[in-house]
Amino acid sequence: MYIIGKSVYRKEAVDKVTGEAIYTNDIQSPGMLHARMLLSPYAHARIISINTEKAWKIPGVRAILAGERFPLTGEEIRDRPPIAVDKVRYFGETVALVVADNPVQAKRASELIEVVYEPLPVVNSPTEAMQANAPLVHENIESYEKVERVNPEPNTNIANRTKIRKGNIQKGWSESDVTVEGTVSFSPSDHAAMETRCSIAEIRQDGYVVITTSSQAPFMVKKLINLYFGIDTGKVIVNTPLVGGGYGGKAAVQLEILAFLASRAVGGKKVKLFNTREEDLVTSPCHIGLDAKIKLGCTRNGYLKAAEILYLFDGGAYSDKAVDVSRAGAVDCTGPYHIENVWCDSLCIYTNHPYASPFRGFSHSELLFAFERTMDMLAQKLGLDPLELRRKNAILPGHTTPTQVRLNTSNLGNLPACIDRLKEIMKWEEGQRSIQPDGLIRAKGICCIWKTSTIDTDSSSGVILTFNPDGSVNLISGVVEIGTGTKTILAQILSERLKMPIELIHVRMKVNTQTTPEHWKTVASRGTYMAGRAVLEAAEDAVEQIKKVAACVLHGAVSDLEVAGGRVFLKDEPSTGIELKDVVYGYTYPNGNTIGGQVIGRGTYTLRRMTYLDPQTGEGRPGPEWTVGAQGVEVEFNKRDFTYKIIRAVSVIDIGKVINEKAAQGQVMGAMAMGLCFGGRESFVFDEQGRVLNAQFRTYRPLRYGENPEYVVSFVETPQIDAPYGARGVGEHGLIGMPAALGNALSIAAEVNLNQLPLIPELIWRAKKGNQHALI
Amino acid sequence: MLSFDFDYHAPSTLKEAVSIYQILERQGKQPLFYGGGTEVLTLGRLNLVYSDALIDIKNIPECRVQMLTDKHLVLGAALTLTALTERNLFPLLSKTARGVADHTARNKITLGGNICGEIFYREAVLPFLLTDSYAVIAGNEIRTVSFDEVFNQFLQLGKGEFLVQLITNRNDLRLPQFHIKRRKQWNIGYPLVTVASIKKAGTVRIAISGLCPFPFRSKKLEEALNNNDISIESRINEAIQHVPSPILHDVEGSDEYRIFVLKNTLQDVLESYQGGES
Amino acid sequence: MKTSSSPFREVSLHVNGEIKPVLIKPSDTLLYILRVKLGLTGSKPGCLNGDCGACTVNVDGMAMKSCLMFAIEAPGKRIITIEGLKGTPIQHAFIKEFAFQCGYCTSGFIMNCYSLVENYPDANDELITEMLESNICRCTGYQEIENAVKSVLSSNKNLEK
Repeated sequence: MYIIGKSVYRKEAVDKVTGEAIYTNDIQSPGMLHARMLLSPYAHARIISINTEKAWKIPGVRAILAGERFPLTGEEIRDRPPIAVDKVRYFGETVALVVADNPVQAKRASELIEVVYEPLPVVNSPTEAMQANAPLVHENIESYEKVERVNPEPNTNIANRTKIRKGNIQKGWSESDVTVEGTVSFSPSDHAAMETRCSIAEIRQDGYVVITTSSQAPFMVKKLINLYFGIDTGKVIVNTPLVGGGYGGKAAVQLEILAFLASRAVGGKKVKLFNTREEDLVTSPCHIGLDAKIKLGCTRNGYLKAAEILYLFDGGAYSDKAVDVSRAGAVDCTGPYHIENVWCDSLCIYTNHPYASPFRGFSHSELLFAFERTMDMLAQKLGLDPLELRRKNAILPGHTTPTQVRLNTSNLGNLPACIDRLKEIMKWEEGQRSIQPDGLIRAKGICCIWKTSTIDTDSSSGVILTFNPDGSVNLISGVVEIGTGTKTILAQILSERLKMPIELIHVRMKVNTQTTPEHWKTVASRGTYMAGRAVLEAAEDAVEQIKKVAACVLHGAVSDLEVAGGRVFLKDEPSTGIELKDVVYGYTYPNGNTIGGQVIGRGTYTLRRMTYLDPQTGEGRPGPEWTVGAQGVEVEFNKRDFTYKIIRAVSVIDIGKVINEKAAQGQVMGAMAMGLCFGGRESFVFDEQGRVLNAQFRTYRPLRYGENPEYVVSFVETPQIDAPYGARGVGEHGLIGMPAALGNALSIAAEVNLNQLPLIPELIWRAKKGNQHALI
Repeated sequence: MLSFDFDYHAPSTLKEAVSIYQILERQGKQPLFYGGGTEVLTLGRLNLVYSDALIDIKNIPECRVQMLTDKHLVLGAALTLTALTERNLFPLLSKTARGVADHTARNKITLGGNICGEIFYREAVLPFLLTDSYAVIAGNEIRTVSFDEVFNQFLQLGKGEFLVQLITNRNDLRLPQFHIKRRKQWNIGYPLVTVASIKKAGTVRIAISGLCPFPFRSKKLEEALNNNDISIESRINEAIQHVPSPILHDVEGSDEYRIFVLKNTLQDVLESYQGGES
Repeated sequence: MKTSSSPFREVSLHVNGEIKPVLIKPSDTLLYILRVKLGLTGSKPGCLNGDCGACTVNVDGMAMKSCLMFAIEAPGKRIITIEGLKGTPIQHAFIKEFAFQCGYCTSGFIMNCYSLVENYPDANDELITEMLESNICRCTGYQEIENAVKSVLSSNKNLEK
């Protein structure tokens, strides 16, 4: 390999260590106005009145938007007013928007808006939402516009239900000797990207809407502004510079709509809306919560026969992307196991919580916590080694997924190999639980992971390559650089294909939806696969163009030629050839005649053979491939006070092919850190009124330096045949097993089933006392 | 970003600071003395603190003193917590101060700011509650008062007064001591319970933060803990009867759990002294 | 006592080796002035509450969260922002060790690490942890940052030998 596998530095590295890297909120211009939101202090309340009189008295106020009925928004069900009307449905919901000359004026004015509320009973969990007498978060869900294939159930809090009916569950039970039932639950939490969301909108005199936004989905912004406000898609231009972390949170479209409305209210002037940390945590969409019930049945020997699953995803007050998250939860509703009989209902539930967007792993860390905790309970009941139980049931080529996709050696990684490697790394033979000389307990917990990407069936990615007069190439892709380094990976793929030094590949970091080809969304670990395929196609296209010109110059056939090392030359006689710089802008003969022109390569890739899920059985092909892996966590637990340290965390992932070793390691370690903190600490704390009590980093605490364990990351490489150089996605997978592995380790350490998150010492203390009540 | 504007004054003498306050007040302003200003910013942006005239005491030499005299340690209220921990003249204070916020923030947070703050925890208070310490307070006059007397949940400052210095008996600086901070999870965050302790003249003294919305030292609680006639467990059970109310019940942990943590922590304290001078 | 009617004051700030005249209000944070008035947007507003460290700069040799400091306190002090570091070893180390991903915390993290390696060349693990706890990185697992800091500390030590 020329450059595949090498730890190439990120293309934007220098910008990022010098402070020159530009993010949305770094952009300022004279005359730019500033917007500020007023937030709901209630989780569920009727809005009786809004008085803006005092707010208008603040100098510099240009517009106040409140109480007005704007088009409803939402990706599958249009249930969300951009600014609340009639009632508020979550704590932190936008109730008004002030536009002023500077941010201080906007803030001051927003604080002077007087809103009278009448509090309503609160739906504080999905389980509560399902109770017969539960208050309705949305009274008339049947009246909302929606896409096909989503079915809100009238007079309930159910936004959607995805059913999996594989095999015959009754048969499964009859073949089972041992059954176990697990119940898990956890509250919503947050992505907490370091860059809080920010959008700048302007409506130009010529009718063009220009939005600059920190988004993972600039092309979706363009489509939704068209859908909601009837602006021609060609007239919506969305810019996305570097994004300071997304993790799914910036795949939802929210501030863009508000910035657009704000700009419209002030005659199209440029308006910036920048989230404070508090707003970014609760007002903008969060990480979904879950209540789940898993029932598993297996033979005496530990072969799984039946899985009956109920997932109640806490979509929060508005369904937006939560419906899709709950659907993905059905698609991979079991762990990565061969189970012939699967019954699953995965529901997206309305509650009075902040609404959910995708979160790194897209339902998988959530469902795997439920499923893999139950697997450990099953292993315990069987008296079987939990790793052995998983090895026995590991999904293999030839098996089918819950949506009945037949797996093969390309669309599925090698799970047994991952399990075996994990076993070795974790020194499994030394035992799962031991007491140290100092009395502390060492315990190991493991879990298996898998994930496909449930994404739109027509998702595509495009790439344009333009050449420079010096023979170097500009790589233009719609992938947003959110921190994953995907654009550097794409440069490596191109470098490999053209056998061209990576330094000669110039990557355009910023996305502009008018001049950058579309990449569906920078989500779902699909950048390398989809955009990588587009890069290869674009490279092919460029190479063909280069060869065509070179064939004339070199008096040969196109098929005689090869492009590599900055030259195009005869395959059988490499010394005969010309420098790329002499052909990529056309070739000029000594007499001035010129043939050809600037080489512009283009490539697109659209996922193939994706299908919708059958509404009755869930049968269908929702994603292109399943990445698999096995993960483990080792803890040191103090049984006196229930505190613990995470000593080591291990990930073995079948990545297909490592393209950039250090970047891949970094993706996995970072994801593990996020998963461990989600498992061990991060959660919104709600009071009985559904208010979030910890919407600051002082109380909502991501992992800090020194709290991290030692990470061990190991890759298995089973190529995905249709992926660029065989590489599978890896942006999310380090995260998705961590909460489960941590839960399993601690359950073993504390000798009690710990089926809630976050796994704080107080939770363990309560579990040991047999009292699982919520904290507050 | 604050919603309000204020005048800024940086007096260079105690007298000037006091008189600026008085003048501003006569002008109908709401002046506020400050040292680091971190709480003005963090609470101010949430409109939980308001002032239209800030008086910065950092330029007053007396507020920046850090020295040992024959008998005392004198610490200026405007010293940053980092400055204190780096010189480490009062080890127990260094330990409790290092529990406040984080290192970079402690480059800004001052001793006086922490002691006079709104935040529940104010861990820098604990060592002064435990030792023979005095507060020097400037107002119409400069008064020096026993810290124990002037601190009751909050530092009891009169209007227009501010904390200038803390003076601690040198003999108390290096007594056997113990400090522990217990959090909800891992190494970061507010305390569920912070316990600071010294052993003086054979008696264990304990000051606690995080348990209640204020730091405190309870003589009755200490009496119970020092009752060497009964087992450690009994002493602790007796001691927790004397915890003032309310016990915090919030995002960090429930009241019930905090008591559980406190019991363990008290046991750690007592055992540490039993194990010899630490 | 005079109280001027305009809240603005003209002051000079010493930033990255240059004297910058700037109009400030006492209620402005140093972060706001750096970003909005001086265009130094490398320092980031991650929380505006002193919790995340993304706005960390160096003031008179010490790491400082610029959202926790009023700009009115800054005249007479020497301020270094990320833009003032030019090719320092810690910047190189961050690149080499892949110590950032999205880059948003990076300016602040580097500024804190810069203060660490400048002020505490003999820092042990405990001190490194104590100092670096002040910043949040949401992308990496911190191992890469640890490697970057330690590589600079150890190469500085080797230089001294």
